[in-house]
Amino acid sequence: MTKRDYSLVGESTRIAIETGLASAEWYHTDVPRKAMKELMRRSDGPAIRDTLIWIVAILASAAGIVWFWGTWWVVPFLFVYGVLYGSSSDSRWHECSHGTAFRTRWMNDVVYQIASFMLMRNPVQWRWSHARHHTDTIIVGRDAEIAVMRPPDLLKAALAFTGILDFRYSLPILVRQAFGRLSDDEKSYIPEMEQGKAVVAARWHIAIYIATIALALYTRSWLPLVLIGLPRLYGTWHMVTTGLLQHIGLADNVVDHRLNTRTVYMNPISRFIYWNMNYHVEHHMFPMVPYHALPRLHELIKHDLPQPNPSMWHAYREVWPILLRQLKYEDYYLKRELPPTARPYRGEFHKVDMSAAAE
Amino acid sequence: MADWVEACAVGDVDEEDVIRFDHGGRTFAIYRSPDDEFFATDGYCTHEKAHLADGLVMDDIIECPKHNGRFNYKTGAAKGAPVCVNLKTYPVKIEAGKVMVDIG
Repeated sequence: MTKRDYSLVGESTRIAIETGLASAEWYHTDVPRKAMKELMRRSDGPAIRDTLIWIVAILASAAGIVWFWGTWWVVPFLFVYGVLYGSSSDSRWHECSHGTAFRTRWMNDVVYQIASFMLMRNPVQWRWSHARHHTDTIIVGRDAEIAVMRPPDLLKAALAFTGILDFRYSLPILVRQAFGRLSDDEKSYIPEMEQGKAVVAARWHIAIYIATIALALYTRSWLPLVLIGLPRLYGTWHMVTTGLLQHIGLADNVVDHRLNTRTVYMNPISRFIYWNMNYHVEHHMFPMVPYHALPRLHELIKHDLPQPNPSMWHAYREVWPILLRQLKYEDYYLKRELPPTARPYRGEFHKVDMSAAAE
Repeated sequence: MADWVEACAVGDVDEEDVIRFDHGGRTFAIYRSPDDEFFATDGYCTHEKAHLADGLVMDDIIECPKHNGRFNYKTGAAKGAPVCVNLKTYPVKIEAGKVMVDIG
């Protein structure tokens, strides 16, 4: 059984580089250039519409929290505000980091900075970590964004839904970075010329949190912190519910997104919060395609992809027994069936041990 | 020293688009701008080994298909993270309906 080393400067990193898994060539479904150009086409319209809805909903729910503060009527407003702040910011951060949400660059940058702050993510560090995630998706020792490592820590995975762990790690990381210290892992994917910017960004975030704490102390109220910072705790659950499904239980160390990434059909509200990232195989295969075009891309290439999970509930029911088996045998994973119309998986292409898969 | 080679016919590249051109073990990207001018750069992104010809041309910008890194394909200038190193550009001329690139 392979023992995985998830450090980005350790033994798995060395193996990934030596075996050609790092920065490898990945499988892509054939899409005619004309169709792909049409799908990649940028426009400001959909993202401006969705961002206006997003901002109005955030401000309205925040106003409700302020208005009903101290009564039980505040609870539904906290629920809505928390999800908008602590969960939907993740998909805005993500799409704007790719620069695909808006055609106009500065609009992507503004929303990216705001969403990064809401998530307690260093905007410089995470831009680079996400680039690495796309280069080396679920390549152990290379990918900085593997949510559930093997063998899975189920307690940690469960606590992720509460936001406690993210909060526990994100804030100290920002503090450390604000003091000018980047970890070896961070230095492995942030180019030297960008590392100073990461420190400056962390200092801005920390300054805003200090100001918020000062306001809370001055007003002797939790309200400022409930509006800024704490939603990262009480509103994260939707981000985790949708985001965990992206890769969990599937293969690692392969170079075919059909083997390590999952597409799940979701309800319209979750798709708005998640900005269509439920079409995750499609996104990884073609990250140039904006979120609003992913359903069209899905229709175009689904003949070459595993059948999507029909719901989040279905996906979690599929994942749970895989995680339990990984506790004893961490090489175990779910190999998803391809439809007869798909090009087969190429074992020799990604050197994956198919015998480890059960189905 | 100039080394002009024929890359493609003018009609091979759509307006505001890019195609790949391989020559002598090297790969290049040939662009046609919205105002019908032609340009050439190295074919690979300077960030990771991805063919820019699979990317998206918008006005003066080529966006890499892998990480959405952006370059001005007319000057080669990198336009921000995740690309930090400029793209090499090559002189282009049109002769008898052919796009000629000086790869020297």
